[in-house]
Amino acid sequence: MTAVRETPPASRSAPDAGHEAADAGLEAVFEATLAADERVEPRDWMPDGYRATLIRQIAQHAHSEIIGMQPEANWITRAPSLRRKAILMAKVQDEAGHGLYLYSAAETLGASRDELLDKLHSGRQRYSSIFNYPTLTWADVGAIGWLVDGAAIINQVPLCRCSYGPYARAMVRICKEESFHQRQGFESLLALSQGTPEQHAMAQDAVDRWWWPSLMMFGPPDADSTHSAQSMAWKIKRHSNDELRQRFVDICVPQAEALGLTLPDPELRWNDERGHYDYGAIDWDEFQQVLRGNGPCNEQRLTRRRRAHDNGAWVREAASAYAAKHGPEER
Amino acid sequence: MSQGQLWEVFVRSRRGLSHTHVGSLHAPDAEMALRNARDLYTRRQEGVSIWVVPSTAVTASSPDEKDPFFAPAGDKPYRHPTFYEVPEGVRNL
Ligand SMILES: [Fe+2]
Ligand SMILES: [Fe+2]
Repeated sequence: MTAVRETPPASRSAPDAGHEAADAGLEAVFEATLAADERVEPRDWMPDGYRATLIRQIAQHAHSEIIGMQPEANWITRAPSLRRKAILMAKVQDEAGHGLYLYSAAETLGASRDELLDKLHSGRQRYSSIFNYPTLTWADVGAIGWLVDGAAIINQVPLCRCSYGPYARAMVRICKEESFHQRQGFESLLALSQGTPEQHAMAQDAVDRWWWPSLMMFGPPDADSTHSAQSMAWKIKRHSNDELRQRFVDICVPQAEALGLTLPDPELRWNDERGHYDYGAIDWDEFQQVLRGNGPCNEQRLTRRRRAHDNGAWVREAASAYAAKHGPEER
Repeated sequence: MSQGQLWEVFVRSRRGLSHTHVGSLHAPDAEMALRNARDLYTRRQEGVSIWVVPSTAVTASSPDEKDPFFAPAGDKPYRHPTFYEVPEGVRNL
C-alpha cells in the first residue's frame, strides 16, 4: 500500500524475461479495460505512449483555458452594462477553474504543475491557436462565447467518455459550465444584431473574423492529422477532426439565421445527398502560421502570462513562508 | 517557485449526503486549501461543506493486488438478500 498520488511505476524496460512477462500481463489488463469501455485510473499500469499522449493533450488543454482568459478579460472594464460585466467576470473565472481542473488531471499522470507551467512559458507546450486572435470590439466577446465556446463544447463533450478517468471527470464538470458560456455569447450577439445598424454591423464584423479560426479549432483535416489513429485506438479521442467540424457547421448555420447574421463563406450550402452543409476550403497556411507563433497576438499572450506568473511570485512565497511558520500540524 | 502541496477535495453537496471526492488543488496550508476549494469547486452552490486532505495522507489499495485483495468477498453471495429463497405469498420479509 502506498500513497495515492505516488507517481505510478513507468513501464519497466529492464531486459530480463520476468519483467517482460509481467509487462505483457499488465498490457493485457490495460487492453481489456479499454475493450470493456472501462476507465483507466491513475495508479493502473499504462503504456508510456498513452501516458505521454495524455499529458501532452491535457496540458495543452489546460494552457488553452488559462490563456483563453486574456482575450475576453480585455473587455471586463469596458462591458456595456453591469449585467454584462458580472456575466463576463463569471465566465473568465470559470476558464481559470477549467485550467485548474485540467492541471490536476495531468498531475495524476506524474507531471508536475511547475513543470507544465514552465513548458507553457518557454513555448515548449502549446495552447489553442484561437487565442492568438485579438478582441477588437465588444462584439468579439459575444462571438467568442457563441463560436469559440461552441466549438470547444463540440470538442469536449466526447472527451467526457475519454478512457482516462480523471480527464473524463474533469471534462464532465467543464462541459456543465460551458453551456452558459455559449448562451451568454449568443444572447449578447443577438442583442447587438437587433440593435442599431452600427451595433448590427459590429456583430457581423466579429462573426466574420471569428468564423474561420473557430473552424480551425478542430485541428487539421483527418488526412493530415498525425496523432489521431493511435488516440482513437486508446479511446482518448472518439471522433475525427472533420467529423466534429462538420457537426459544428451544421449546428451553427441555423443559429446564425436566428441571430440575423451571415457566415462569411459563399460556398456554405445544404447538401441534400450528404445530409450536411458543405463549406468552403479552410486556409491551413494561416493555421500553420499562427501555430508557429506568427499570429496577431502570440507574443502578447505569452508575455502577459509570464508577467502574471512573475508578479504572483511574492504571494506564493509569502504563503509558503506562513505555512512553514505555522508548522506541519496545520499544513 | 512551488505551488504548495497537493490536497484532495471532498464536497458534501447537500445535507444528508456524504462528502464525495471532486478533485484536487495546490495550496500552502489547510486554510488556503479550503478557500481555494470554495472558489474552484463550489462556484455554483455545489456544496454545503468541504473537506481538504493532504494527498500524501491518503493510503490506497494497489490496483496490482486487485484480485487477491478483494477476493474474500467474491465467494460470499449469501451476504446479499437475493441469495435466499422465499416461498410464494410470504410478505414483509
Ligand atoms: Fe473553458
Ligand atoms: Fe468557456
